[in-house]
Amino acid sequence: MIAGQLKPEQFDGYPPEAKRLATSHIALLRQLPLGFLPLLLKELIVYDWKFPAERKELDKQFTYLASLSPAQFDREMSSFSGLRLSPELENFDWINKPGIFSEQLSAHLWATHQIDTFRAAAVGYVHKVNASERHEPLPLPRLGIVLVGRGVTASKHPLFRKLRPQGVYFKQVNADNAHKQLMELLDERAQAHPLAFGHWYIDGSTSDTQFRSGVTCISYASLQSVRTVLVDKIEKAYESGMGSEALRTMLAEMRPEALGSKALSGDPILDRFQISLLTEGSGTQIYSTTFVQWAAREALRRAQPLTLFARFAPRQRERSMKEVLAGTLLTPGLDPEGSLIDADMGAYYTWLNQQRLSGSGESRFLVWFEDHNEVLAIGPEVARGAELDRPIVFEEILKQIA
Amino acid sequence: MRTATGAAAAGSLFGLAPLRAHALPKGRKAVVVTFGGGARDEETFMPEGQENIPHLLNELIPRATFFTQVVNRGILGHYVATASLATGVYETFNNFAAVPPDNPTVFEYFRKDLKRPAFDTWVVAPSNGFNRIGESDNRSYGAGLGAGVILPKRLLASALAPGEGNKYDHLLRDNYETPLYAPQLSGNGIELHELAEVMKLSVADFVVHAKTLDSPDELSVYIARQLMRQLAPSLLWITLHDIDVAHAGAYSLYINGIQRSDRLCAEIWRAIESEPEYAGKTTMFILPDFGRDSDTDAGGNGFQHHRTGDQLSRTTWMIVLGPGIRENVVVDRPVQSTDLVPTLGGLFGFQAKFSQGRPLTEVL
Repeated sequence: MIAGQLKPEQFDGYPPEAKRLATSHIALLRQLPLGFLPLLLKELIVYDWKFPAERKELDKQFTYLASLSPAQFDREMSSFSGLRLSPELENFDWINKPGIFSEQLSAHLWATHQIDTFRAAAVGYVHKVNASERHEPLPLPRLGIVLVGRGVTASKHPLFRKLRPQGVYFKQVNADNAHKQLMELLDERAQAHPLAFGHWYIDGSTSDTQFRSGVTCISYASLQSVRTVLVDKIEKAYESGMGSEALRTMLAEMRPEALGSKALSGDPILDRFQISLLTEGSGTQIYSTTFVQWAAREALRRAQPLTLFARFAPRQRERSMKEVLAGTLLTPGLDPEGSLIDADMGAYYTWLNQQRLSGSGESRFLVWFEDHNEVLAIGPEVARGAELDRPIVFEEILKQIA
Repeated sequence: MRTATGAAAAGSLFGLAPLRAHALPKGRKAVVVTFGGGARDEETFMPEGQENIPHLLNELIPRATFFTQVVNRGILGHYVATASLATGVYETFNNFAAVPPDNPTVFEYFRKDLKRPAFDTWVVAPSNGFNRIGESDNRSYGAGLGAGVILPKRLLASALAPGEGNKYDHLLRDNYETPLYAPQLSGNGIELHELAEVMKLSVADFVVHAKTLDSPDELSVYIARQLMRQLAPSLLWITLHDIDVAHAGAYSLYINGIQRSDRLCAEIWRAIESEPEYAGKTTMFILPDFGRDSDTDAGGNGFQHHRTGDQLSRTTWMIVLGPGIRENVVVDRPVQSTDLVPTLGGLFGFQAKFSQGRPLTEVL
């Protein structure tokens, strides 16, 4: 298939919104090189299930590409046009299976030592697209809240080491009612600035909190039945002799219906998102700490929320070889200490991912060692690389980042 | 960044210590340990990571020449990258396919050029994916000229009672790069038979000992020590892999893997020094196959994977120690992971004809 011969009817297999977008931009699509076009289609084919912020991002790409003069367009695409592709890739059904094409293209680029060229071209392209947009001011600064260490009574692990240079490390916090205050803060922000998928709550255990409308909630526990079905399918796939790459393809194409989850949330976009956390994430099926970190990353990357509240919970314990061979502890217990270390790193990654979004200079971030008196706060009005060793009440810290 | 190591202060010694290679005794041996799979500077040699590698820093590096920039320009998948280390060529086969390397391995050069018998070189590897690493399909080398490959987890799976396979799936996980665990290959009586015959180790004793160990890498080192005692191979290659649990996304487990690998490297060195067949005539090479993605690369997810191909995931280190090797020396110039095979060639006296690398003169 040659891009220059694309016809509107070739997008008949796409969902309605994706098809509309593809056919309306078909003249542009025909000009794109094969080292680029299927990757754009990979995003386009799932347009109907994208969050509003993601749709904007894709629309922005079309606007940017359409704005280029012929000479600029050729220059922008030259690195992608210069990639040497195999006949198998060129003949692949990249219109209807752009995701699989993308996997195979990636393997080809690694094998032919073209991955660095591609990577540089992709990074340059993204920077130019972002630079072409004038960012509207946010209705309020972004806020990230992370709770770590649930279930840990005492720990010698030095917390927040990677985040300390960015803010103030409060070591004697009176955190009575801190959890309640943070939940109320999330709720208030959602009420004051309603925005589709603009305020999130992610829990590594169960989410029994009732928010008013406007807060998108997901939890590890609520997906247990889906995880069970998914693990069963993966095991069966292995038993059938399916290889690793085929398995990845199978997982990438898996839909909520295939996992017996007709309606997780009642919202098809959110349902797709939740399933993707389990089918595209690595380790999210097994460890709740990985699930929370990955869910926070994906929520920030895709939905670009104003508020994100992530609460880690103890994950299952990793059994040693001798424990497995002894046949004891068939149901592994929890590992609060290890989970604290996982969550500490997860908090750092959550902050990094929040800083990748617009308005990063005004963003706020708070991480609390749950039920303990250690807090780290980051914000434009907060000192960097400081420690406070005197008593302070939690409300005072909230005021500093509010 | 890469000079911020415990050994960096000794870098000025480089060039002053005398070469002693000519004084090496006969019966030279080499042990290669890959510090796998995939560890970053942040969790190892950077100041904040040094607490995870006390044995490397305090016991081994003071006695070693330390290469601070070993760059891997190949595919960052564990089997294909380890095969590239073993051939000295950036192999391009599918990382997930059970295929032999395209180019001759170090084991084939060693055996053919030096006319060494089969029992003189072995590979101990963690997973079934590595079962073809012992010899290539190169026409001039290949069949019958490679190393024996031992997959301890596979041996263990064979040794366990029939029908209990499902019970041990968790232990026998094979490839951390997939979301869950691959099942074990079916048992192989010949391999178990070889376990008893070659290593003078009964299946029962093997299983009993396995039940005292914490991890598959500990089992690999146990098997390697049996090989050293019973066969004393001149070229022994041990691939550690516990660190690759990082793909599951649990940072604490990744750190545990690094700390265990650090301890096991020191144990292997102590074994070398205590075994009469090895003491005083063995060069040990320790190097990761590659690193992992940096925290700041938006295309990755930090320590969890090695998918971006960024500089951090491509740049690692190598420790070389043994008789004739300058001690407490740091080499900061960039070298490549493909340089290992021609360096082994320089050490043993074989010609790595197909290798893309260059001998590391600092340790020859």
